[in-house]
Amino acid sequence: MSLLEVRNLRVTFATETGEVQAVRGVSFTLGHERLGIVGESGSGKTMTGRSVLRLVRPPGRIEADAMTFDGRDLLHASEREMRALRGKRIGMVMQDPKYSLNPVMTIGRQLTEGLRLRDGLGRSDATAKAIAALEAVQIRDAARVMEAYPHELSGGMGQRVMIAMMLIPEPDLLIADEPTSALDVTVQAEVLSILDGLVRDRGMGLIFISHDLRLVARFCDRVLVMHKGLVVEEIEAAHLMEAQHPYTKGLLNCLPRIGGSRAPLPVLDRAGF
Amino acid sequence: MALIEIDDLTVTFRSKGREVRAVEGVSLSVEPRESYGLVGESGSGKSTILRAICGMAPVTGGSIRIGGKPVPVPRGRAFSTEVQMVFQDPYASLHPRHTIDRTLSEPLAIHGVPGRDARVVQALTDVGLPPAFRFRYPHQLSGGQRQRVAIARALMLRPKILLLDEPTSALDASVQAEVLNLLNRLREEQGLTFLMVSHDLAVIDHMCDRIMVLQHGRTVEEMTRDDLASARMTTAYARSLFDASADRMLDASTEPTP
Repeated sequence: MSLLEVRNLRVTFATETGEVQAVRGVSFTLGHERLGIVGESGSGKTMTGRSVLRLVRPPGRIEADAMTFDGRDLLHASEREMRALRGKRIGMVMQDPKYSLNPVMTIGRQLTEGLRLRDGLGRSDATAKAIAALEAVQIRDAARVMEAYPHELSGGMGQRVMIAMMLIPEPDLLIADEPTSALDVTVQAEVLSILDGLVRDRGMGLIFISHDLRLVARFCDRVLVMHKGLVVEEIEAAHLMEAQHPYTKGLLNCLPRIGGSRAPLPVLDRAGF
Repeated sequence: MALIEIDDLTVTFRSKGREVRAVEGVSLSVEPRESYGLVGESGSGKSTILRAICGMAPVTGGSIRIGGKPVPVPRGRAFSTEVQMVFQDPYASLHPRHTIDRTLSEPLAIHGVPGRDARVVQALTDVGLPPAFRFRYPHQLSGGQRQRVAIARALMLRPKILLLDEPTSALDASVQAEVLNLLNRLREEQGLTFLMVSHDLAVIDHMCDRIMVLQHGRTVEEMTRDDLASARMTTAYARSLFDASADRMLDASTEPTP
């Protein structure tokens, strides 16, 4: 059975000049696999990810024909039920550790907060679990990081701390919104292999949201390409080079390649779709 | 003769009694009309080298020469007619309360250049923006349009050298292609020399003739574009950057070893 099913999802924002649809009818199902959602700014990829957790603030409005997670109806769940799902069953890693970690709390306190409040663990148990989580994302001096404030960590460390935080409750589904775009390429590779290991070892489902088509193709099993709130193409990652839709092709072709031609890069013809 | 010559450059930041060597003993030279790329991860000192050329970083050793002459301290007006910089984030590098017209005319006003009106219109046309854009504010433009304005601003005084600090890393892939094409066209048309910083090897490869790989403020390796394309790097670090580069991920033939 699929872990997550989304049918005809729409996200609408009421603005002064009328309604704007950020997501205009997105459908997908997710099993225990890695699903990539790719698109440029404004394509609705982030809103799609946030809708699953119902994290769209008014005046934003989420509508769908169906949205179920593990047999539960996410559309009609109460706030209380949603709170029980968020973090515990469905985790979310945000894009930028600079803005998503609390700047005035040590990493240790942020990591143990949930364990102590939600799971009612004692101080030493919570600390031990937090250190184990940091070690799972390959932070070597976990004890030092526990004492540090977010500004004392590099971007790559901060991102790993966020992933560790999301993994402590062992969610069944992780939504990662541009988890590596603030990172250097070599650190990026490390973070991806950590995520990859977790999907494999724990059978977790993963929604990987990114603007980088090539990265997603390499890392995911299946890719949804979004443009202006619609899924323009769904394709097996391995067959991405055979993409049919002109937008997907355009996105692939406009990227420079090492050893490629130095002729002007092909530019997306935005009038085409 | 090389247009930009950097010899044994060292940049040291001091704060709270601690010293941080951001750049240590880096030497490079760039010929006129050449495009030279600096690649490395965050903290490798690549941006600091550009800032040091502009006098925005504390140089504690070595020398910088432009056109054979040591750069003056402070840099002064003559320097800004020769060297200009384009920054990474077009959302932060344009004055939010100045119209595009004011942003573009300011360098002309400072340098007492006549014919401002015509030159602003020309500059906008050169970067592919409609002249009517001069009456807009930055927040009324998209990221790609802002970066075009930032490039137009840098070219107002018709400099010979453009320092490009990650000029496309804040932009979408399709917009990146447009801006890279624009930069290449302008380099051709105006005979510019580029010194470009990026963390993206594929971008550097597309734009540059020669490439320097930096790590922890030191030179790791210098190579030509051909060396990069045929993977003839000699150091393990340069190779690891090459292997992690996203653009290699689609080639079945270059599947990285697990």
